[in-house]
Amino acid sequence: MTDTGRVTWIAAAVLLGAMAGGALVQNASDAVRLSGQDQHELYVSSPNVLRRLCLGYTGLMADIYWTRAVQYFGYQHHRQSGDFRLLAPLLQVTTQLDPHMLPPYQFGANFLAQQPPNGAGLPGEALSLLQYGIQNNPDQWRLYYNLGFVYFTEFKDYAKAANAFALGAKLPVTNEFMPVLAARMAQHAGEFDTSRMLWYTAYESSKDPRVRQNAVDHLLALRVDEDVTRLEELVLKFRQRTGHNPANMGDLERAGFIRGAPVDPNGKPYRMTTDGRIEVQDPKAIPYITKGLSHPVADSPLRPSL
Amino acid sequence: MPAIEILDLEKSYTVGFWRGREKQALRPLRLTIEQGEVFGFLGPNGAGKTTTLKLLMGLVSPSRGTARILGMGVDNPRVRAQIGFLPEQPYFYDYLTAEELLNYYAQLSGLTFKDRATRVAAITDRVGLTEAAKTPLRKFSKGMLQRVGLAQAILHEPKVVFLDEPMSGLDPMGRREVRELIQQLRSEGKTVFFSTHILSDAEALCDRVGIIHEGELRGVGAVAQLTARSQGKVEIIFCATSVPAGLTSLGAEARVNGEMVNAVVPESRQEEAMEILRHARLRIVSLNPVRASLEEYYLEALRPAESRMGAGA
Amino acid sequence: MNSRIRLVAFNTFREAVRDRVLYNLIAFAVLMSVAAILVGQISIDVERLVVVNLGLTAVSLFGVVIAIFIGIGLVSKEIERRTLYTVLSRPVRRWEFVVGKFLGLTGTLVVNTFFMAIGVFLALLYVAHKFERADYSVLAALYFIVLEFVIVCALALFFSSFSTPIMSAVFTFALFAVGSLAEDLRAFAKAATGFTSLIATALTHVVPNFAAFNVINQAAHGDAIPARLILYNTLYAVLYSAMAISGAVLIFQRRNLK
Repeated sequence: MTDTGRVTWIAAAVLLGAMAGGALVQNASDAVRLSGQDQHELYVSSPNVLRRLCLGYTGLMADIYWTRAVQYFGYQHHRQSGDFRLLAPLLQVTTQLDPHMLPPYQFGANFLAQQPPNGAGLPGEALSLLQYGIQNNPDQWRLYYNLGFVYFTEFKDYAKAANAFALGAKLPVTNEFMPVLAARMAQHAGEFDTSRMLWYTAYESSKDPRVRQNAVDHLLALRVDEDVTRLEELVLKFRQRTGHNPANMGDLERAGFIRGAPVDPNGKPYRMTTDGRIEVQDPKAIPYITKGLSHPVADSPLRPSL
Repeated sequence: MPAIEILDLEKSYTVGFWRGREKQALRPLRLTIEQGEVFGFLGPNGAGKTTTLKLLMGLVSPSRGTARILGMGVDNPRVRAQIGFLPEQPYFYDYLTAEELLNYYAQLSGLTFKDRATRVAAITDRVGLTEAAKTPLRKFSKGMLQRVGLAQAILHEPKVVFLDEPMSGLDPMGRREVRELIQQLRSEGKTVFFSTHILSDAEALCDRVGIIHEGELRGVGAVAQLTARSQGKVEIIFCATSVPAGLTSLGAEARVNGEMVNAVVPESRQEEAMEILRHARLRIVSLNPVRASLEEYYLEALRPAESRMGAGA
Repeated sequence: MNSRIRLVAFNTFREAVRDRVLYNLIAFAVLMSVAAILVGQISIDVERLVVVNLGLTAVSLFGVVIAIFIGIGLVSKEIERRTLYTVLSRPVRRWEFVVGKFLGLTGTLVVNTFFMAIGVFLALLYVAHKFERADYSVLAALYFIVLEFVIVCALALFFSSFSTPIMSAVFTFALFAVGSLAEDLRAFAKAATGFTSLIATALTHVVPNFAAFNVINQAAHGDAIPARLILYNTLYAVLYSAMAISGAVLIFQRRNLK
């Protein structure tokens, strides 16, 4: 092979090898960097300084910070760390750089407000973010929806929620559920149907796949809560009729209260405990459920039945 | 082993970004130069002389064909230890002094530490740069830069030396020095391949010349043979005070010097001229062939192919 | 090491030293002194922070600009100006030339950074009146900055192998800008789908990741820099430079010099 030919082969091999090696090192380096250094993720935390620094390219900067916010949340959520302290500042910087970008507000409404490990647990921050958003985008029904949503789910302040939904309902472009939600806040706030409507509207209000998935998860959890509540009412009825708890699901079925074995959204049958409570077989697979969870001392064999 | 073998070396460029016209800088060139020869490569500007040199130096890769120097392919780095190159209007690193540049180049050419100092000093002397040796090159005039160029080309005692327009930018004194240098190189047994468009230099120095025009080799041969091949003339000196009528009608150029006349007639009309003079009973002093100058051959080689005669290697 | 590579490297270094480097050092020294004096007016705790942040950022930015301009001047311009003809007609191989240029260039920048670093440490001494343990992280930050320069030099050389001086400078600077945002590019690649994701991921392997080398803020706060990071960054700089230089060699091998 000529001298040139040999050099070409060696150089090509080095190039490809170095590229591959570089990719590997980058991944290894990530582990070291991101674990210890995420508190400096923000680089510049003052939006005004940032706005000047980026020489007017605020749109691009906003996009960059939005990408960072999403990636940050995803990373922390994946690690189950429960630590989302940078989420609020990241979203604030994003919206200050570009107040008309809607997805950050919706993202904040969902994931800033929710309790850990699925959210930052900062509903107050979510409120300020949304209020800022409404100030800058007064004709966006989705933002009013998000506001009412946060009041409802996190603060249980049904009056303020109703107010927000009502304001949103008055807009020229709005969603058909808004006036209904406003009305229901007053009387039927604690009902399953209201929650279901709320989450369904959340699903419809956003195109962000994360927000939609979150809404779906909540809807499924609602179904579980409803199922468990209904089943426990039936257990009560059985006890009233027979004077003792049903031994298992089969008893309820034979007594004519249910048809077939009821299953949760994952297809797993609900379990009945010896003291007549209904439990979900695999609660970890269904986030956000508030019923059907076992008590901390439930596995003690000496616990007497009710 | 020949010093330089060029086998159907060809180079074309695509000109123009989208349409890509092909421009042939060098048509297939076939040439062999023996060791110890001084070969002149003649041609007008843009003929392909520099392209040929760049191909031989490996600065440019050929579209087709190969070339060998001292039996090794031109892309073999080892061959470059045996050759020296002076490019046309050379540029050098401004910030170095002449001495530093020559030292750098000497090292790159593989001269050992011992040899280097003596060689550099000797070469600086030989090209007449001793005084300016420690001056930065950016202060050098064109003529001085040319000398540096020559120095770096022969510094490592290469067997084959390539010079692209070595006389350019030099005053007559400088040109004479370069001519002497080339002659010295020849007496040292080195092969010299140089391109020029100054015919008198080629005539004086070269064993053989090649004429190139529009990328094509139009003629190659020893100077004497080439000039002999084209139409020669004879010079007749005879005693007379005026030019006989018959001679002028033959196309003679005549000059009267007191009692002698110098008449130059085409070789083909020599017999007729002699007849006229005998008839006029004029005494002939001498009859000598006048060699056609290389210039005539050159100009003829440059003419478009159809109207050329006697051209070709 | 191959003696020809060493020769080319040393010659490159010599040119840089004689040509431009000194001026920027003076400018930098002036900047650092002024900054240190001004900073002395602020309260004690912040002084160190500002000097380190300002000093290291200045070293980094100055250095990148110098790396680009010297790099371009030393290679792209040389190719354009035909100084190369007499060099390449010698037994030097083209790849040796490229590697030698690279080493000379990085050598210049290391020396340059060394002097600028002295400026930073003197300013630090002036405001803090003593050196602390935390100052080791400043050394680590400086080392990372030098690694950044190595990559930038490799890039400058790569573009010089086929492009004009101005375009080489533009491309190198553009890649530096994109490389500084490489983390965001990677996040984008993970979040995107389909074809966009493919292109973005391919880009993240080609664009140098400069975010990993920027520990200036940490050094300013006196945080320790993990040893593993030092190892990884060194590896990455070596690998990436090898990639760019072999690219330059491949291109330069074939190049027809005008």
